[in-house]
Amino acid sequence: MKADVTLDCVGLYCPMPIYNTAKKIKELKNGEVLEVLASDEGIKEDAPAWCRTTGNEFLGIEEKGGEYHVYIRKLE
Amino acid sequence: MKEKLTLIVSSGDMDKALAALNLALGASSMGMEVSIFFTFWGLNVIKRDQGSIRSRGIMRRMLNFMNRGGASRLPLSRYHMFGLGKWMMGRLMKDSQFPSVTELLALAHESGVKFIACTTSMGMMGISKEAFIPEVDSYAGVATYLAEARDARINLFI
Repeated sequence: MKADVTLDCVGLYCPMPIYNTAKKIKELKNGEVLEVLASDEGIKEDAPAWCRTTGNEFLGIEEKGGEYHVYIRKLE
Repeated sequence: MKEKLTLIVSSGDMDKALAALNLALGASSMGMEVSIFFTFWGLNVIKRDQGSIRSRGIMRRMLNFMNRGGASRLPLSRYHMFGLGKWMMGRLMKDSQFPSVTELLALAHESGVKFIACTTSMGMMGISKEAFIPEVDSYAGVATYLAEARDARINLFI
């Protein structure tokens, strides 16, 4: 999946990936895609939950070599 | 209206402070308003790390000498082992790039989390405002907390 901006949260634990995501998404324009790289498994559940609550679109998650690539489209 | 989380932090243990600040930071990252009401031993979390606390009367002076507080001085609720356990936990946190209580307080404040200190505990223990970090937003009592809590979706006592 192609992303407009990538955020590296590898090695960070909850709540830092979500905190950094919330901060980073402010820099994106509406409709742009943010890719979050993380190693903490919690992100698999936390990213969709964060998207549901904040009204952003959860596009999916890919697991590559022990790292998670999360894709989020910024909405509204 | 924004959704809201309120926390009462009544414990001065490091692990409880971490849990509270973790929740606060998570909630603010999810677009919620957050207020933390620090009471009793919980006041230790928002005390300055430097200097001593001046208070009147032998009992209050003894209490504040023994119970100095400050974000970097909070003990672990288990396996503190006179500071050895805490030191080891600090190393593990650093290894995991996990922020300290001091760093979490700064991040929370930056994200707009409100810190409220309980004036009843302050009065009883003889702790003045000068003992606290400047990030404390207000000094108040139970009515302030309840007025916030009745509008909040989530209220937790830690």
